[in-house]
Amino acid sequence: MIREAFRVLCVDLGTGKGRIELLDGRNLVAGGSGLAALLDGRYGKNDLPWDAAEQPLIFAIGPLTGYFPLMSKTVCAFRSAYHHQYTESHAGGRLAHALRFADLDALVITGRAGRLSCLVVGDRHLEVKDVGFMRSMDADAAGKLLRRMFAKGSGHRSILRIGPAGEIGSAMACINVDSYRHFGRMGGGAVMGVKNLKGIVVQGDGDFAGPAGSAYARLFREVYRQVTATDMMRKYYSLGTAGNLQGLNDLQSLPWCNLQRTSDPAIAGMTGQAFADATLLRNGACSGCPVGCIHIGYIREKITGDNRYSYHQVAYDYEPIFAAGTMLGVTDPFAVLRILETMEKVGIDAMSGGVALAWATEATQRGLISREQTVVPLRFGDAAAYQQAAEFLGRGINDFYRLLGMGTLRAAAAYGGGEFACVLGQEMAGYATGELFFAAQTLGFRHSHLDTGAYSREQKNAGRDVGQAVDFLIADEPGRVILTSMVACLFARSVYTDTRLAECLAAVGLDTLAGSVPEVAEHVRRLRWQTRIATGFDPDALTIPKRFYDVRTWKGPVSREYLDALKQEYGRRILRLAADRSGSDAPLGKEGN
Amino acid sequence: MKQLTAPRIDRCIGCHSCALACARLIHQRISWSCAGIRIHSAGGLSTGFMAVHCLACDPAPCVTACPTGAFSQRPGGGVVERKKLCIRCGQCVEACPVDAVSVNRLGEVFVCIHCGRCVEFCPQGCLELAEMAGGLEAPR
Repeated sequence: MIREAFRVLCVDLGTGKGRIELLDGRNLVAGGSGLAALLDGRYGKNDLPWDAAEQPLIFAIGPLTGYFPLMSKTVCAFRSAYHHQYTESHAGGRLAHALRFADLDALVITGRAGRLSCLVVGDRHLEVKDVGFMRSMDADAAGKLLRRMFAKGSGHRSILRIGPAGEIGSAMACINVDSYRHFGRMGGGAVMGVKNLKGIVVQGDGDFAGPAGSAYARLFREVYRQVTATDMMRKYYSLGTAGNLQGLNDLQSLPWCNLQRTSDPAIAGMTGQAFADATLLRNGACSGCPVGCIHIGYIREKITGDNRYSYHQVAYDYEPIFAAGTMLGVTDPFAVLRILETMEKVGIDAMSGGVALAWATEATQRGLISREQTVVPLRFGDAAAYQQAAEFLGRGINDFYRLLGMGTLRAAAAYGGGEFACVLGQEMAGYATGELFFAAQTLGFRHSHLDTGAYSREQKNAGRDVGQAVDFLIADEPGRVILTSMVACLFARSVYTDTRLAECLAAVGLDTLAGSVPEVAEHVRRLRWQTRIATGFDPDALTIPKRFYDVRTWKGPVSREYLDALKQEYGRRILRLAADRSGSDAPLGKEGN
Repeated sequence: MKQLTAPRIDRCIGCHSCALACARLIHQRISWSCAGIRIHSAGGLSTGFMAVHCLACDPAPCVTACPTGAFSQRPGGGVVERKKLCIRCGQCVEACPVDAVSVNRLGEVFVCIHCGRCVEFCPQGCLELAEMAGGLEAPR
């Protein structure tokens, strides 16, 4: 329901009780990223470690969720198991609409359940249920069981769960959302694990009166037409993000075999078209998104020799294919899907897991680790070995895999090989485009390629002007922050300009917010950074491993001088903008925070 | 009389745009459930989707069950609803053999009126408003 105040359900797993809070701040922080930072300021404990029971796990949606197309994502905020600082992860699926129709702008979970539990919330429902029998259960089986246990509202509920990786506190543990989407990065699954929370079911069983008048429906139709009747979204629903594989390989920007090279002729069998032709079973969509960018492939397994098969469905995208494919030298689409399926089941983030195993493979090649650590011998291209290793990593079967699950650099600190660890703040995203992206991911708020458009700019711009490049990063971020505060899918960034967002906000009656979109974007950007810095962010503490300086891209060899200068300047600018207090308390001067 | 059908529901991607459109345009609500068409997963997301909507029974059991005449028989199948006559008893909900009448927490009921407004909002072309000459589509 559109209201000025945020309606937040705060659940204490220790007591199994919750309370509804109505909080001011809509016109300051909008929702999503802004609301999450606001809530962390209220419930987060900077003097306690990331895994303290008191730390909040926050899920926040935006003011336009449920009201306009592609307003389909949820922000999850927490203290990261990876770097122990405040962070965000974003996911689609049904969760955003389920929260909207549960009439919640945010769900805040604190405390630790006495036994492994599942939290069920809805418009008229709150329950913390013992699911001790689900201990160590994989994310797929857990999802099926939760569907059976909480059968009400099929199609109108969202089911989140963790696999064994989350239960053991792996910093690579993701939160699976509705089978095919994830809060993947920064160890959100571990936060659920330390809270003894195996699953969360959100039932979207409420409804609200629509905005008065015909303006809203007219604007909805116009936005809907834009995203469906034009070519604007074609690349997302056709081949999907996997369509980038060929282009990045052509640009010498696709990481292969632990970034030992950036291009390989074997791409021919690994393009988006190859995945679509061979493996694509069907498409899916997040609730409220008519684009439908989810690509679900299939694999089938021979059970016995007598023509008995089982089949499985595995979602794919560019990033997971890079991580479980090219980065590991695996060049068969079905083999990539098999590795991804294992990662899905154990509940590890595919990007983090793939990059970590790529490092482990090179460490094996160099004799730094052996079968004593990896159990199964790792060799680039050996998909069956990676399937096993992914299982070992997710379940943390020995000291080596448990350490690797806390981050590749943690393992490298113990075994050596830090110079070829492909870590940029966290395990790299699949863009070896050059210096600007390396610096941007290293210092980006989520250490995500989506924090800024560095990866995109660098595919078209070979310039090496530090000032101009950092100006671009600084200028690009607020536009993304306001979208993640709404919370729009970032694929819709060409649709939802500041002007369009203002129209949408006005159409649902949020006139004050509509009148200050750029100011709110800047305010939320600053608030997010301030929140992260208060929990320990220090740009100088983040280093870029040697491997990135050895990369050759379409622009030629990476320049050490340029990369170091970019990182230095970007870090300085982030700290400066976070320290700028001008207007930071109240961009609109009307509400307290 | 034309009827809403879902002849290509196997193409459904589960975006709920049809249900959201019905709620928004017909019932002036923001909802994915208070609508004449609702999308459910057919046994989990991995099994695809089904559209739950009025299959235009004639005679319609929900009409027979309605004690106040709020539901009356629509010529050619389905119902005509007069909301002002509804006492929110929910008997139509119980009577529908395919769960096509939904009800919210206030007891308001929502049923497809076969207007076809949802059709243009399906990005996959799953839905159709069609003249039904020789019988209905197979229930989905």
